[in-house]
Amino acid sequence: MKLRVLYFARLRERFGVGEETLDFAGATAADLVAHLQTRGGVWAEELAAGRAFRMAVNQDVIALDALLPDNAEVAIFPPVTGG
Amino acid sequence: MKILVQTDPFDLGAEVAAMSRGRTDIGAIASFVGLARDMNEGSGVAAMTLEHYPGMTEKALAAVVDDACSRWTLLDVTVIHRVGRLLPGDPIVLVAVAGSHRGEAFDACEFIMDYLKTQAPFWKKEETMEGDRWVEARASDDAAAARWQAS
Repeated sequence: MKLRVLYFARLRERFGVGEETLDFAGATAADLVAHLQTRGGVWAEELAAGRAFRMAVNQDVIALDALLPDNAEVAIFPPVTGG
Repeated sequence: MKILVQTDPFDLGAEVAAMSRGRTDIGAIASFVGLARDMNEGSGVAAMTLEHYPGMTEKALAAVVDDACSRWTLLDVTVIHRVGRLLPGDPIVLVAVAGSHRGEAFDACEFIMDYLKTQAPFWKKEETMEGDRWVEARASDDAAAARWQAS
C-alpha cells in the first residue's frame, strides 16, 4: 500500500524529514514502526520500544495494533505540549 | 462555536463580547487565557515557537469542544490557540465558555483546557540560554485530564 507519513516537532528535527511517501508491505501501525526502525540510527533510537511517541491515521490518534488503510495519512509525533 | 488556530494575537474582551452580542439567554461566560512565561524548568525562556499539525489540530479541538458539549449544557464556546514564535507575556491560548449559569461555564472551561493540553497536536520549543529545547509532556497534565474520567 501507499502511505503518506508525516513527522512533527522533535521527531521531524531528529529524522531530518517532515513528510515522505512510502510503499509499504505491512498491515498495522506496529508494522510501519518496525519498518522505520530498520533504517537504524535515530529511527531505531526514537522509535524503540518504551520511547514515548504517538501516532495518528487520517488525523485521528490510533494504537499500534490499528490497521492502516491504503493511501492513509499517517503521523508520528512526540506527546503533545500545547496550551 | 468558534475554533481558531492562528499566528495573530487575540483580544479577550472582543471575543467575550462577541459571544453575548444580540442574545439575552447567557447568564455566565467563563474564560481562560494562557500566557507564555519567561521561566520553565529552572531556565530563563527568551521565546518559544509553537508547532502544530494543520488539519488534525482543528479536528482535535472540535472533538474536545464536542465532548464538553455532551457533558454540560453550553450556549457557546470559543477556543483560539496561537502558533508560531511567541515572547514571554504573549497570550498563547483562549478558552471562553458561555452557559446559563456559572457552574457549567467554569467546569467546561477547565475541562476544555485540560483536554486541549493532552489531546491537541501542538508542540512547544523554547529558546533558553542553554540552547533551544522541546518542552516535554508533563505527567501532571495527564493527571489533570484523567480526573474528568472519574467524575
